[in-house]
Amino acid sequence: MSEINREAVAHLARLAHIEMTAGELDKMAGELDVIVDSIKSVQEAAGPDVPATSHPIPLANVFREDVVGETLTQEQALSGAPDSADGRFKVPAILDEE
Amino acid sequence: MSAVTEEILSFEEAMEKYDPVLGFEVHVELNTKTKMFSSAPNVFGDEPNTAITPVDLGLPGVLPTVNKAAVESSIKIGLALGCKIAPSCTFARKQYFYPDTPKNFQTSQYEDPIAFDGSIDIELEDGTVFTVEIERAHMEEDAGKLTHMGGATGRIQGADFSLVDYNRAGVPLVEIVTKPIEGAGSRAPELAKAYVAAIREIVKNLGVSDAKMERGNVRCDANVSLRPYGQEKFGTRSETKNVNSLRAVERAVRFEIQRHAAVLDSGEKVVQETRHWHEDTRSTTSGRPKSDADDYRYFPEPDLLPVVTTEEWIEELRAQLPEPPAERRKRLKTDWGYSDAEFRDVVNAGVMDAIEETIAAGASAAVARKWWMGEVSRRAKEAEVDPVDVGVTPELIVELDKLVQAGKINDKLSRQVLDGVLAGEGTPEEVIEKRGLAVVSDDGPLLEAIDAALAAQPDVAEKIRGGKVQAAGAIVGGVMKATRGQADAGRVRELIFERLGVQG
Amino acid sequence: MSELTRHSAARLAEMLAAKEVTSVEVTQAHLDRIAEVDGNINAFLHVNTEEALAVAADVDKARAAGEDLPALAGVPIAIKDLIVTVGQPTTAGSKMLEGWMSPYDATVIKKIRAARMPMLGKTNLDEFAMGSSTEHSAYGPTRNPWDLGRIPGGSGGGSAAAVAAFEAPLALGTDTGGSIRQPAAVTGSVGVKPTYGGVSRYGAIAMASSLDQIGPVSRTVLDSALLHEVIGGHDPHDSTSLTDPVGSLVEAAKTGNVAGMKIGVIKELQGEGYDEGVLARFHESLDLLRDAGAEMVEVACPNFKYALGAYYLIMPSEASSNLAKYDGVRFGHRVLPAESPLTIERVMGATRAAGFGDEVKRRIILGTYALSAGYYDAYYGSAQKVRTLIQRDFDAAFAQADVLISPTSPVPAFKLGEKLNDPLAMYLNDVATIPANLAGIPGISIPGGLADGLPVGIQFLAPAREDARLYRAGHVLETLLEEKWGGPLLSQAPDLRQFSGAETTSGAK
Ligand SMILES: [Mg+2]
Ligand SMILES: [Zn+2]
Repeated sequence: MSEINREAVAHLARLAHIEMTAGELDKMAGELDVIVDSIKSVQEAAGPDVPATSHPIPLANVFREDVVGETLTQEQALSGAPDSADGRFKVPAILDEE
Repeated sequence: MSAVTEEILSFEEAMEKYDPVLGFEVHVELNTKTKMFSSAPNVFGDEPNTAITPVDLGLPGVLPTVNKAAVESSIKIGLALGCKIAPSCTFARKQYFYPDTPKNFQTSQYEDPIAFDGSIDIELEDGTVFTVEIERAHMEEDAGKLTHMGGATGRIQGADFSLVDYNRAGVPLVEIVTKPIEGAGSRAPELAKAYVAAIREIVKNLGVSDAKMERGNVRCDANVSLRPYGQEKFGTRSETKNVNSLRAVERAVRFEIQRHAAVLDSGEKVVQETRHWHEDTRSTTSGRPKSDADDYRYFPEPDLLPVVTTEEWIEELRAQLPEPPAERRKRLKTDWGYSDAEFRDVVNAGVMDAIEETIAAGASAAVARKWWMGEVSRRAKEAEVDPVDVGVTPELIVELDKLVQAGKINDKLSRQVLDGVLAGEGTPEEVIEKRGLAVVSDDGPLLEAIDAALAAQPDVAEKIRGGKVQAAGAIVGGVMKATRGQADAGRVRELIFERLGVQG
Repeated sequence: MSELTRHSAARLAEMLAAKEVTSVEVTQAHLDRIAEVDGNINAFLHVNTEEALAVAADVDKARAAGEDLPALAGVPIAIKDLIVTVGQPTTAGSKMLEGWMSPYDATVIKKIRAARMPMLGKTNLDEFAMGSSTEHSAYGPTRNPWDLGRIPGGSGGGSAAAVAAFEAPLALGTDTGGSIRQPAAVTGSVGVKPTYGGVSRYGAIAMASSLDQIGPVSRTVLDSALLHEVIGGHDPHDSTSLTDPVGSLVEAAKTGNVAGMKIGVIKELQGEGYDEGVLARFHESLDLLRDAGAEMVEVACPNFKYALGAYYLIMPSEASSNLAKYDGVRFGHRVLPAESPLTIERVMGATRAAGFGDEVKRRIILGTYALSAGYYDAYYGSAQKVRTLIQRDFDAAFAQADVLISPTSPVPAFKLGEKLNDPLAMYLNDVATIPANLAGIPGISIPGGLADGLPVGIQFLAPAREDARLYRAGHVLETLLEEKWGGPLLSQAPDLRQFSGAETTSGAK
């Protein structure tokens, strides 16, 4: 068994900003436990001498020239916003920090 | 949040007992034309949410692209800080949810910053030099701007809601991180200020940032910890965020030293946390403690590719670096022959560059200083602007000086000519013409005025005849008055002696 | 059903060019077909009637005026609803984006517009492309045209079903672990995952950035090649986009010849876990290719056994990050928490709880776990190393063979609901398609026949940037099989009109 229990999932859900009920946490913990068990064999696959691949096709130095392009209008920017005011996106209070 | 007044110890007492260790994270906004990862304009003060592309809003489906100019500016900063430049470096995602962060991750660098292992010498006002080691300088993007509405103070606490403008989101940043700075002792607050001032000066001199702290172009997070003298291990640090003026940096470090000292003195432990600086109360308040929520889950940005720097590219950029500010100051002071005090005044008045340009335009060092520190600074003070914003150009000063040298005008008249030029009356020549300001060099009218002055003050004339040449000043004054300042005082004096038949 | 919908895109293009038919007629025929059968299939989340007909009319006018037109001008196409489009909603199959209208077009959409192809609408998918059955769509499942009780594969089940049900001659899909190829296999259609970077991802809603790739969905190999040439090529908006020219894919699809071609049979992608019928059809294809002059070699890819594990670490890790932006601040749904206090933190938590479905949440949590402090090296780090090993396996295999071959999916279409509550069983559907995504190489799935009346897919894989080889080999096998069957496999599919009026669930249109 891996180490995924309800507390671990609750922590992960907090990090991921997804509210979950106790029932959901339990269900998720059970499912993830099975999944992680089945995929953790990747740890045995490669030794320290094997480099990591983060991009399937190796490229480098892909740059954009510093030239201003087309921008959105304020109206376009706010067109999908759940709430807005004064040309800006409106969000509820941020209480816990500055 | 209630404003808890923190216990503090006097700075002197704190310094007697504890050894401060500092550390800084300075964010520098680059002045590229476009953003770090999008082609939106990098501008200040536009209408909200107009300097953005879909990329800056993090709309579904968008992808970032790296601004080459921002990479080059970052390399230049690294070189100016004496850093090594990474042969290859990558971007990484730093993940945390916050409404000013459009993707809920910041694209930054993690394991392999573009520049690392540098150092700069910081000179304090009395000439003491501290070497500050630079751990790294990495590329990243700025966040949007939150405005908190409805609260009593406009602050976040008690606000009803917040408004987000993403114009600043994606502006290129270079974050410069120092290694722990030990051994500053009671100079720590001063060093803090001087360090940030030096960074500001370096990036400004490089031309890679507008470097205006009041606009947030340069922002400082100051780390402070204390330990008993003789102890090797660092104490627990606090990180005071966004200290955004030089004076505030100095004060915040001083305050944190005093606060830490009081905590330690009372036998308590310093909490590792972020703190917020308040200019009004000149104190810091607790932000949030470091918690397990600070698991940023960095991983290599899969949408961006490595930046590989060749020796050739780095040398090409190195060749573009201007002379370092500290070296330049040393050189200019020697070249110009100013005293320590004179040079410091020039630097503090912000007219060093202007003087250099004025000398380059043809003025002597003494004349350039006389103008910038005298007449121009006086006008700047009156208008409450910086001397360089008065509207006086180096060329204008050189022109005025030439006219004085040629005897066409005198010092007093030159100020009136300057008035005219600044009022838009034309070139100095035109102002002289229009206002009739030229020095009267024709002896005829001068002699008339001299005769009149001598007649008006016969007792003075008598004294001069008797050999009291210094009494001539009164007659000169009378002549100048009569000619409304347009006479050449030297010539007037000569003519008086000639008239009275005495040797001057 | 109008005969027009039975034609391939290539044939329609010919007829349009010869002015035997107008684009309005062709487009209308497909719109009629959608109206006729999509109540049962639920391939479309949005039908773009007005714009499609307007574009078609424009093309007809241009053609009448003698303008030079692109090859596929006037041929309609369906778009997977993971690709953003101006003027049509883009939902990604999620409640999170219900009703959202993109203010910008994906690069491939710009290319489709430039190619003057009428867009018929947006096709259904597993939410954010996470799934292998299209059952994870927030707008109801898509049904397999071969058997309405079965899944059409996923995540691109909508695009595959639309093409297989003759609702569209062409469609766009996206393939992160097989989402183009596996649906093609189980619906008897053709699907291509191009080389990573061969088609711009700009505007494709990201699941796993280092794996995602847009590609063509069609009924014939040639049609995919035609579409691939339209959408391929460099895009400065996508840093991972290749600068290589697209290449002559259509030419390859027309002049296919396998005589002397070395075809590597991947030892690890057969046997245990593979349906008997699937394997039977697979071996028939191998025989046909051998008879046609191909040299068959067996290749070993020993690290493939780690591929699924690596995939289910890398994909959710990247997805957990890519999906962080759905927070109810800038676009999409916002859900307020049931109780106070009303803080943005809690609004984000409630929004994401309500907006995401179970599978999306599962992958976000799994990815968050794999990247979290203390686990990164063991999970994400190890998975990235496996990626290197998989690439080495492919390098070794391609040293022995020009292309590789395997079944596309280990099983034919399964019944709706059969694997819905068993995530692991669902994940196993992608076991043969995932290695290509991890390595960035191109792959194609073509119909390989039927097993118990359900389509089976044959997959070819080629080295990176050698997409043309897929079309060459694919076209040959397609020709050989169709000769054997006496026509395309899809002509054996049931006539969907018999189900007209039958009650089925259907999603938001
Ligand atoms: Mg920092
Ligand atoms: Zn930073």
